[in-house]
Amino acid sequence: MSEAIATKSDQAVDDHGHDAGHGTTTGISNNKLMMWAFLGSECLLFGALISTYLLYKERFNGFAEGLAPFAEDGRNIGPRFGGSDGEGVFDIPFTSISSFVLLASSLTMVLALSSIRRGEYRNFRIWTLTTAALGSVFIAGQIYEFTEFVEKGLGYSTNIFGSAFFTLTGFHGVHVTIGIVMLLATYIMHKQGRLNQDKAETVEIVGLYWHFVDVVWILIFTVVYLFPQ
Amino acid sequence: MAITEDRPLALEAGTVNKVAERPLGALTRPQSDVGWASWFTTVDHKKIGIMYGVGSLFFFLFGGVEALLIRIQLAAPDGQFLSESLYNQVFTMHGVTMIFLVIMPMAAAFANYLLPLQVGARDVAFPRLNAFSFWCWLAGAIFLNTSWFLGGAPDGGWFAYAPNTSVTFAPGNGMDFYAIGLQIAGIASLVSAINLIVTVLNMRAPGMTLLKMPIFTWMMLVVQFLLLFAVPVITIALFLLTFDRSFDANFFNVEQGGSPLLWQHLFWIFGHPEVYILILPAFGIISEVIPTFSRKPIFGYPFMVGSGIAIGFMGWGVWAHHMFVSGLGPISVAAFSMSTMFIAVPTGVKILNWLATMWGGRLLFNTPMLFATGVIAMFTIGGLSGVTHAVAPSDTQQTDTYYIVAHFHYVIFGGALLGMFAGFYFWWPKVFGHKLNEKWGKINFWLMLIGFNMTFGPMHVLGLQGMARRHHSYASEDGFGFWNGIVSAGAFVIALGTLAFLINIWISARSAKKNPVEVGPDPWDARSLEWSTASPTPVHNFDVDPVVEFQDDWWHRKWGKNEDGKIVRKAYPEDIAQDGSATDVHLPSPSYWPLVLSLSLPVIGYAVIFTFWLLIPAGALFLAGFLGWALEPADDPEAAHGHDDHGPNDADASADAEAEGASHV
Repeated sequence: MSEAIATKSDQAVDDHGHDAGHGTTTGISNNKLMMWAFLGSECLLFGALISTYLLYKERFNGFAEGLAPFAEDGRNIGPRFGGSDGEGVFDIPFTSISSFVLLASSLTMVLALSSIRRGEYRNFRIWTLTTAALGSVFIAGQIYEFTEFVEKGLGYSTNIFGSAFFTLTGFHGVHVTIGIVMLLATYIMHKQGRLNQDKAETVEIVGLYWHFVDVVWILIFTVVYLFPQ
Repeated sequence: MAITEDRPLALEAGTVNKVAERPLGALTRPQSDVGWASWFTTVDHKKIGIMYGVGSLFFFLFGGVEALLIRIQLAAPDGQFLSESLYNQVFTMHGVTMIFLVIMPMAAAFANYLLPLQVGARDVAFPRLNAFSFWCWLAGAIFLNTSWFLGGAPDGGWFAYAPNTSVTFAPGNGMDFYAIGLQIAGIASLVSAINLIVTVLNMRAPGMTLLKMPIFTWMMLVVQFLLLFAVPVITIALFLLTFDRSFDANFFNVEQGGSPLLWQHLFWIFGHPEVYILILPAFGIISEVIPTFSRKPIFGYPFMVGSGIAIGFMGWGVWAHHMFVSGLGPISVAAFSMSTMFIAVPTGVKILNWLATMWGGRLLFNTPMLFATGVIAMFTIGGLSGVTHAVAPSDTQQTDTYYIVAHFHYVIFGGALLGMFAGFYFWWPKVFGHKLNEKWGKINFWLMLIGFNMTFGPMHVLGLQGMARRHHSYASEDGFGFWNGIVSAGAFVIALGTLAFLINIWISARSAKKNPVEVGPDPWDARSLEWSTASPTPVHNFDVDPVVEFQDDWWHRKWGKNEDGKIVRKAYPEDIAQDGSATDVHLPSPSYWPLVLSLSLPVIGYAVIFTFWLLIPAGALFLAGFLGWALEPADDPEAAHGHDDHGPNDADASADAEAEGASHV
């Protein structure tokens, strides 16, 4: 019995020095398991948002064409709601480019992780900052896009489509922003000497979050911009 | 008595070397773990569990007073005690309080205190996040209740159906408090769920496979997964509501084509799993109490676990039975009727297994067991009336009547709350080192049981007679007066029962102080690991990590079969339990920052409701808490490294890693 305990203690001590996780029951470190659980929760968060968006896009179009089910006497009541559902407002080539920028950042994230795992700190710093920069370009694009849309007459309160669109893409934008903060924190911790090869798992966990946010964007981009208007 | 034993029965105890404290970080680290101030900085899962318990009991009195106000108003026809507006606020806050501020944190109290002990760990995986969860919940609860003084409490029901919650129909600030208050409590639930999932999956003692975990641990694990996936859905629903009310979005603006049904769907996709979030902890508790006082192992352990998991899964497929009258169409209604009937099956499995556990057992009906059997009986009544709701035509008749009110009180009060009381009486000696008084316990139980049935039994009749719920009053010619009088009298009997519980706490503590009786590590001859360490639990839980071989391992250390196959005692708990004498175990250090960080959240809430200028102090608090947390190592890093014997400390290891993780999470 004491033997088993000794082994476990040794492993727990090991955790401090190397990639954590050897001392846990599942073999996955607590931090990584926490991130996986959190991302599971995030799936439902974006699931609820995307469902809301799809429902309201449908409803807006239906109502806009005078198909409101509560036109009780069967009279065509004509377009009831002002504003657009993205038609004539969206700039799909522009958003495609910024989407591509975001996707490219997943590649640089992978490169950052593999650099720190191999102890190539210079490359790690370059790729981490590149990832953060690409994310920032995406956010800048989103801010530009939002102001354009508002100028063209699609504001947050214009109609149900506007509310649903800005809420869905806004939530994603906030997630990317948090990811950028995480990347910069990783960079600063590395500069302080608190994060190096044997703590590469921290970078891996940040990477999990970053890739998740990217994958969600693929979904949002498809649903919002590529589905027929 | 010839029992061959291939392992030493007694658990090891002893001293672990002291590690020097070297505080680092922005402020001097709080050091003390005694005294009133230590409660504000503690990261100990046991203290946090006790604080959850105290908080939930406090709000239980609050919600109880609200219930009594409702019952005074409805005691006789044409009640004039409360105004219409005040009545709406009181019944809304009664529901919100009892669900989010009583049952959920009470379950969190048991989970926090017991899960690490039952899996044989020193603490939860992320001790500071655990403290954050508690303060965050408390901040949300207080925030919600300050609405009483800041322009009126929420008045749209705990379900807050759109478009009643829009600014047009609810012009006060009440629904803003509802949306933001629950949002804050939701953060607490989510963080706590992640924390406990990681704790249970990752920090089990050597040998404790998933199918050797106690049923309570299993049920709480299922609950944490339900929270993990249900909380984000209500988060979105509440955000949409806040955006509508504060930023002129159109989600529930019917004039603009917004869909009130969307709210109902989002709310109940959260709300139905929430029902199981409320009841499964009680199921777990009585699954520990019943075997202990039946002197038998739980009947059909794998089926108990499996049915709990099945309830967790199926709980996601029944939400629309709350919406049968909203015009979903026949196919949806039929599908949700079927799934609702189906979910009664795993619940029935549990009830039969509890009965089979008691069957042929040497039953000992002391207070915890009385409450546990009360749960079986009362929950079965509530479950049966639940099955009648699965029949959509019948449900259409019952919707929005007192029949529904009767049903959910039978499951939530008769199931969840009585189960929690069983837990209080059962684990009280483990937490405080003395038992609660048996005589007062029985008074407490019988008053509650009788009062409960007086209150909610007649509501079935009232509902079937057509009395609508949520109405401020009824006319004398409706003929509801007689049963309403009984119901209101019953509510006061419940209040007496609650009073008996409070008296019991006080009397038991006083007599334990006057003439201390050693309860020993294991006063009930129980089965799971928390009973293998001293009472009250030492701050470090276990002197040495327990090693587990069997399901109910602690029981197997005390009892075994002789050559005739008879069960005989092998050892007494006092002889084999850990004595808790290890003194200087290295534990996660206390911290101010969880409290500071959580304080920023209600200030953000006030900012959204009143003036955005408040974002300045809120931001300052948030940044202070966030940076303080990030810069402060969860542990002294020097201490955590290179020391070869600071206990089996997954908690330390993860807490250390968390310090690094926390700066960006």
